[in-house]
Amino acid sequence: MQIYLPIAEVSVNAFLLLGLGGMVGILSGMFGVGGGFLMTPLLFFIGIPPVVAVATEANQIVASSFSGVLAHFRRRTVDIKMGLVLQAGGLIGAAFGVLVFNYLKAQGQVDLLVKLCYVVFLGVVGGLMFIESLNAIRKSKKSGGAPAPRRQRGWIHALPFKMRFRTSGLYISVIPPILVGISVGILAAIMGVGGGFIMVPAMIYILGMPTKVVIGTSLFQIITVTAFTTMLHATTNYTVDIVLAVLLLIGGVIGAQIGTRIGVYMKAEQLRILLALMVIMVCATLAMDLLLTPSELFSLGAQGGH
Amino acid sequence: MRFLLIAISLFALPAQAAEEEVVLGLSQDRVAITADFDGSEILIFGAVKRETPIPVTEPLEVIVTVSGPQQPVLVRRKERKFGIWINVDSVLVDSAPTFYAVATSAPFDQVITDTEDLRYRISIERAIRSVGAAMHIRGAQDFADAVVRVRESEELYSVRENTVAVDQQTLFRTAIDMPADLTEGDYTARIFLTRNGKVVSHYETNIDVRKVGLERFLYSMSREQPFWYGLMSLAIAIAAGWGASAAFRLLRNN
Repeated sequence: MQIYLPIAEVSVNAFLLLGLGGMVGILSGMFGVGGGFLMTPLLFFIGIPPVVAVATEANQIVASSFSGVLAHFRRRTVDIKMGLVLQAGGLIGAAFGVLVFNYLKAQGQVDLLVKLCYVVFLGVVGGLMFIESLNAIRKSKKSGGAPAPRRQRGWIHALPFKMRFRTSGLYISVIPPILVGISVGILAAIMGVGGGFIMVPAMIYILGMPTKVVIGTSLFQIITVTAFTTMLHATTNYTVDIVLAVLLLIGGVIGAQIGTRIGVYMKAEQLRILLALMVIMVCATLAMDLLLTPSELFSLGAQGGH
Repeated sequence: MRFLLIAISLFALPAQAAEEEVVLGLSQDRVAITADFDGSEILIFGAVKRETPIPVTEPLEVIVTVSGPQQPVLVRRKERKFGIWINVDSVLVDSAPTFYAVATSAPFDQVITDTEDLRYRISIERAIRSVGAAMHIRGAQDFADAVVRVRESEELYSVRENTVAVDQQTLFRTAIDMPADLTEGDYTARIFLTRNGKVVSHYETNIDVRKVGLERFLYSMSREQPFWYGLMSLAIAIAAGWGASAAFRLLRNN
């Protein structure tokens, strides 16, 4: 069944969208990742304009994180104070990101920016994940192995503006969390991702937060920042396609439920290698687009102007 | 005297020709872009009204064009820089139809002469204007050609030779199919009757292409009240996501 998307102004098969949402949902259920960084490039591949894909994905992430945040609030695994500090940074980052996004859109370079960001981030994240899970598999075969190295947080204590975060049991400067928030906000605005894949490691290794509050707090930050990003894109670029978002969302929620169950039956290391390979594949496809001589050197756009 | 006769006959020719007139029918004069819009086919048919007998000279040929709204198009060109392909320059093509189809009753160069084509802007190349193209960019024509090439590959522009059926030099009909990715606006259907490559009569009518219903509502709201549209998008998405996972939780518990 073809469906005409009112904002993207393209006609796509509704089942393809549900299927894509479902597939990414299965992956996010299996691996516990948000999935925005896979969904947005997949939307490019099926012909959704990158500007619409990024803005719509931000909207979808708000919705798909919502029930997660509620669950974490119920379990009291959200460091609200830390979340608010991260959010403050996130909002600054998102505003800055949308500014850059709109400037480059007027210059006709926004597709390039989005794709380049994806190639770099997917390449780095996919590569690291692949190496780490290979090591993990090797270690588990040797049985036992060295315990994970202690996190280092010496330099964090040297910074001013210290604040107490009771839920996390931390007394640290607000500068690092604000910087983490800003960088994730920029990613959200430019790439249409929640940024969990950057924020979670940053919270554990840089801020030294206890693992049990990391997921809840990052979701709490993501939901505010992506909602803000959605509003910015909706009011300046008019690129949020609600029909597209809802279709992806429905597929995504169903997929996530299936994915969680599949995840139970598979080993964590194998799962991670699979995800890493998938991320590298998407990265390579996008890189090809930029590196190979395109079949059509010219592209058409509306008279862009801001 | 002889000169005068020639002059008179030259002037008389168009007058005689205008005695053939188009009477037109359309299967639909509006196209509604609904949520399940999957392209549309418009049947264009008509007859030639004339007071005098059919001229015995050249056979009557028919050209039908359907054109979308004229809009400026920014064409960008890619070049390899630092190993990757990026947009390096752009040209604003002043006015190009968002959709353009030409259907003819015989091969294009047989139904109309070049001068008449220039006058009525019938062929695709002539329907595009790029007067103000920046002169500092070499080959501004390449950019106009690119518009045609890209839109032809998206099936937005097409020349369909020999697709107008003409019966007894009086009845004609053709079907123009429009793809799903249509831009809304006022479309124009033009019908030209030609003899010997000259236009003897032409007729113009409008086809209204509009988003309707939900599509219309969402589109205009996103443009006119972007703030509320954004809030609504968030609310709907949250409700949908939450509802779907709540439904799943219920299913699992039972």
